[in-house]
Amino acid sequence: MFNSKNLFAIASFVALALYPLVSGSYGIDLVTKIMIFAVFALSLELLVGTTGLVCFGHAAFFGIGAYAAVLLASPTDASSLAWLLPASVLAASGYALLVGALSLRTKGVYFIMVTLAFAQMAYYVVHDTPLGGGTDGIYLMVKPTLGTWLELDNAHVLYAFTLATLVAVFGFLALLLRSRFGRALSGIRVNEQRMRATGFSTYPYKLAAFVISGGIAGLAGFLFAVKDGYVNPEMMSWHLSGAVLIMIILGGLGDLRGALIGAFAFALLQEFFKSEAIFGAFAKHWNMGLGLTIIASVVFLPRGLVGLPGQIKARLTGRRGEEGARHEVV
Amino acid sequence: MKSSENVPDVLLRGQEISRRWGGLLALDKVSLSLERGAVHAVIGTNGAGKSTLINILSGEIEPSSGRVELMGQDVTGWTQPRRARAGLGRSYQRNTIYPSFSVLENCRLAAQAASQKPWLFWQDARRCEASLAAAHAAAERSGLSPLLDRAAGLLSHGQKRQLEIAMCLATAPDVLLLDEPLAGMGAEETERMLALLAELKKGHAILLVEHDMDAIFRIADCITVMVNGCVIATDTPAAIRSNPLVQAAYLGEH
Repeated sequence: MFNSKNLFAIASFVALALYPLVSGSYGIDLVTKIMIFAVFALSLELLVGTTGLVCFGHAAFFGIGAYAAVLLASPTDASSLAWLLPASVLAASGYALLVGALSLRTKGVYFIMVTLAFAQMAYYVVHDTPLGGGTDGIYLMVKPTLGTWLELDNAHVLYAFTLATLVAVFGFLALLLRSRFGRALSGIRVNEQRMRATGFSTYPYKLAAFVISGGIAGLAGFLFAVKDGYVNPEMMSWHLSGAVLIMIILGGLGDLRGALIGAFAFALLQEFFKSEAIFGAFAKHWNMGLGLTIIASVVFLPRGLVGLPGQIKARLTGRRGEEGARHEVV
Repeated sequence: MKSSENVPDVLLRGQEISRRWGGLLALDKVSLSLERGAVHAVIGTNGAGKSTLINILSGEIEPSSGRVELMGQDVTGWTQPRRARAGLGRSYQRNTIYPSFSVLENCRLAAQAASQKPWLFWQDARRCEASLAAAHAAAERSGLSPLLDRAAGLLSHGQKRQLEIAMCLATAPDVLLLDEPLAGMGAEETERMLALLAELKKGHAILLVEHDMDAIFRIADCITVMVNGCVIATDTPAAIRSNPLVQAAYLGEH
């Protein structure tokens, strides 16, 4: 129960819980945003890192969760979280069911392209129709509440709610991965042909993972819409699908902690390279610094940031081959 | 040995199976039947259609025509996973294990196919009693008990072949389709595998595709010889050895 994997997660969550005590409003807003992206990254980790399905259109589900939160909410009164949140998640997982049912008939690079195509479809629906305010996006007039004690208007309350969501999603996925369902998904990633030969109909498994993942991405989108009080089509763009993919690669695939670390590392690197205090005029070319860092990390950290301690240990003890092969023995 | 009440002796039957790849006739009306308690070997040169036959029997590819029966039931239209759950196990010519998983988990995951219950997401798979028991039993039978915690990718080649069989056994199949289980094995490993096959034959119907002639003539009860997608003879080992057609087409090459 309290092995090093869990300890890391627990320590991170405790640190996040204590952070508002020492931070101002800018920090709270930033970390709230990062935690939302961590939830988003965790959802993609279930597909890419666990099941081996590289989805390049995950922003669609994020965006649909966000748009649902705004479009379904009442424009005059505070809507109840109790139905608005599940409704947003359902909208995203509903679209995931449709996309998954069709795209999972393809494999490899075709799967990547088909998921991208479906995401672009959703993007152009909100971009080119008046449904969601077109390119300008729309505002969430009144933020949802749950009774009087959970008013997400308040940045501290939103921070706590986002953290609780992150912990719940992390815990749920950790549970899922060690279950029979999770083990079957891992088996599909490593050797789908063998899974079929032993009697697993792999398509329903992959579809279930896709729908769960889409729903969690929608949950992240919902939180993002509530945080900013505003949504626009960029939330469904392929740039975001790519960014979340980079987060989990940066953090390390095949490990829930990787998604967590990756979301933080990505956002903090972005902040770092955007800082005019450090880079002066060059700060407006932050994309370049970020890109080069990511290329370097892929070259030097093949297993991501989460694999760094193991990599150092292997280098020190000179047992590189064995360490590589031992990785992920369960 | 399993009780054979109500179960026909012929567990798997292929009837006039043909498979075309474009203009190439890979299998031409191949028929064969596998009985419980017997090893049925299929031999033939490379390209004779042996692997295509296994792939069609296991449901990995569809036949162009013909029919596959499992325990007297027509399963021609069944998917591979469905046939596997009905008792049809297969191993592969190339190792298709899960290299990053432990030996035990390789077997356990295979056994899990019998009790999948994916909705029990709060239950730890490592505490799934049914699949663990089957995995331990299969590893024990295949002689892998001392290696349960080893990553499967770190096993020797012969041990990987044993693991292939163990994963097959973990699903508790009635029929085993084994695609070159002896490929690349040393003499000692071959002996161990043959002893295992002899032991397994008691409760299973086994189809053995193999190139090692000495091994086949020692263990097979029945041999089918294939040339260019056609069956040219099906008989006992002794009769096959003296069959002039077979000698001309295959054994004579040596």
